Amino acid sequence: MSEIALQWLSAFALFLGVFFFFAGTVGLLRFPDTYTRIHALTKADNLGLGLVIFGLMLQTESWTVMLKLLLIWLLALPASATACHLLARHTLRSERRTGAPARKDLR
Amino acid sequence: MPDLDLELAFFLLLNIAAGLVRVVRGPTPADCMLAVQLFGTTGVAVLLLLAEAQNLPALRDVALTFVLLAVLATVAFVKRSSGGRDDES
Repeated sequence: MSEIALQWLSAFALFLGVFFFFAGTVGLLRFPDTYTRIHALTKADNLGLGLVIFGLMLQTESWTVMLKLLLIWLLALPASATACHLLARHTLRSERRTGAPARKDLR
Repeated sequence: MPDLDLELAFFLLLNIAAGLVRVVRGPTPADCMLAVQLFGTTGVAVLLLLAEAQNLPALRDVALTFVLLAVLATVAFVKRSSGGRDDES
């Protein structure tokens, strides 16, 4: 009984995670400027990765695999946050240098 | 549930392919680097799903490396395109 409940919970977490990945991709393609795209990617995708990892952790039996999956997520979070800040700062500085805001490409 | 894992991995792969459109269209180089960020996160999820579905534990190590490489690529891009001078704000 609890086995089946675990499988359903795992499938639910996986689907929810993949939905967030999809939302991140749609944001990357549809949002109007660089800052909003950074926002969509680095937040939605990390939440999606966390949910996918949670779903996978429910499927596995071994503790070491669970711990490894958790560690991958804990490494992905600061890595993605660092990349987000670096890219945003880079975009801001190059806008200041050239005087052309990234919002020009609104369509 | 290997079947579900495989299907979800395939859907995430389609997401990565859609992200390539941004590399082609992206007006600034920073937008292209955002696609790299997408590949990093989504690729990790694909690898983890495949590791579970195909029973290949080594793919988890590959995923761990991917996380690191994605951020290193971004750091290298920012460092290089700002001309190496990172002191002024």
